[in-house]
Amino acid sequence: MHIENLINEEPIVRFDNVGLRYGLGSEVLKDVTFALQTGSFHFLLGESGAGKSSLLKLIYLALRPSRGLISLFGNDIATTARGQLPALRRSVGVVFQEYRLLNHLSAFDNVALPLRVAGVKRSEVEKHVGELLTWVGLRDHMRARPPTLSGGQQQRVAIARAVISRPRLLLADEPTGNVDDTMAFRLVHLFEELNRLGTTIIIATHNHQLVERLGHGSLHLVKGRLSVTPGRVAIKHDMTSETSVSKPIKNLHNAGREPENEMSKPVLNTQKKLK
Amino acid sequence: MIRIRSDLPLDRDQLNRFLPWLIAFMVFLSVLAVAGMLVLHATASKWDRGVRGTMTVQIVPSNDNYRDEARLNDVLTILATSPEILRYDVLDNNELVRLLEPWIGAVAGSGELPLPKLIDVELRSTAMLSADALGERLTERVGGVSIDDHRVWLDRLVRLIETFEALAFLVLLFIILATVGTIIFTTRTGLAVHREAIEVLHLIGAHDLYIARQFARRALGLGLAGGIVGLFLAVPTIWALAHLAQTLDDRLLPNIQFGVLHWVIMAALPIVVSVVAMLTAKVTVMRSLERML
Repeated sequence: MHIENLINEEPIVRFDNVGLRYGLGSEVLKDVTFALQTGSFHFLLGESGAGKSSLLKLIYLALRPSRGLISLFGNDIATTARGQLPALRRSVGVVFQEYRLLNHLSAFDNVALPLRVAGVKRSEVEKHVGELLTWVGLRDHMRARPPTLSGGQQQRVAIARAVISRPRLLLADEPTGNVDDTMAFRLVHLFEELNRLGTTIIIATHNHQLVERLGHGSLHLVKGRLSVTPGRVAIKHDMTSETSVSKPIKNLHNAGREPENEMSKPVLNTQKKLK
Repeated sequence: MIRIRSDLPLDRDQLNRFLPWLIAFMVFLSVLAVAGMLVLHATASKWDRGVRGTMTVQIVPSNDNYRDEARLNDVLTILATSPEILRYDVLDNNELVRLLEPWIGAVAGSGELPLPKLIDVELRSTAMLSADALGERLTERVGGVSIDDHRVWLDRLVRLIETFEALAFLVLLFIILATVGTIIFTTRTGLAVHREAIEVLHLIGAHDLYIARQFARRALGLGLAGGIVGLFLAVPTIWALAHLAQTLDDRLLPNIQFGVLHWVIMAALPIVVSVVAMLTAKVTVMRSLERML
């Protein structure tokens, strides 16, 4: 509710002079400053070890910065009470690098987790998870446990889990890393479709070909320092003026949502299947 | 032992397989301790009730039988006119001999040994007459009379029993503490083993309570399973002990029957232990998670 109001005024993610170090080591991220508008689509680029995963972890609240300010949906992370963090996390869908599926749970239960955790009714869970798994082409594998699925199938389970609760922000860490180019493009098209429905997207990758062909905005990490290239949707880099480009997308974003029961609706209602 | 759907694979933890048996053992011991406590408590109050309000008046024999008769009559007159006294009975000689025989042998009945006269006195329940007061009243008029209200003997016995009761309570306390300790240990191990899955749950937006409930539910389930096994082992044991006790002289041990309330208390023990296990697991998880982001 509070978050809902702020979302239209504030960038969805804002970093201000953020630094990150692990323990007493040198800084993995240095003076990272950027702001992403709601509804934007960005690639996060950088060599291995440049700090892409660390940056994503800061956004999905798996890490705290060593310095600087991070605000998510207008909430300053440092001052947000610990009890409020789950609510923020539920608005962020993450496709983890190694998927991080729970191996003792079926594909169905893995995808259902975000809804169960949010206390969604059992009947709703059954309905939406079933729909989404069918949509990603795993209808016949709902009861299968992740270790018995192929890499591509596991990835689709991971993506389904990330989008089941209609997150405002979707982060994907190297989702195209283990798949061939055709699959990579197909995945990116899926993310673009989610983006059209209003979800803000950040995809970490080192597939530059992909980035060049699609022409979205990109965040480049070089040795812990970030530079921003605006794409189709402008990034408010100087943080002084509101960019107008993001307005229509914000409206689309809001139009695509119903205020009530938001958590329980899967974002994807299309009948199109991902093979 | 039992399976519940869980977001964490707690079922497969080695420790969780051993936990129900440990709890079974704990419940077994605690049921025995509580049964012991109940028996001792009932015994003490039964003895107390049996002896409270009674006194024994003893007339020390002299060599003169005729005088002894007169003294007895004097004492009986005084007792009869005391309003506090509900009832009094003179123990006849045969009964006295029967009581003494096991201790001093056949000489008791030979007539060679001067036997005292004993009068069993029962006071009205509302009476506030002490042994000393009655003794004074009697010795004013009759010599060689002593009074025993069994207080000294009874007090020592009751104190002994109370000590045993306290000991049984201490045993119960230790059992609970040991259970709590074990649950803390297994829960922490579980947290460490499932750290990865717990982190995923957190990142997906699970509250600490949601994760803690997984552990708490598991502890409750394991506690109940183990507790019921422990109870089923303890009940026949108590029954066998009670049976053995009955074969003893019933004058030594009062005949204790477990009432419905006693059985309810014992049956509640597995539930109490399980709830303790559940709350311990919950608190342990909540505390550990507070330190995570």
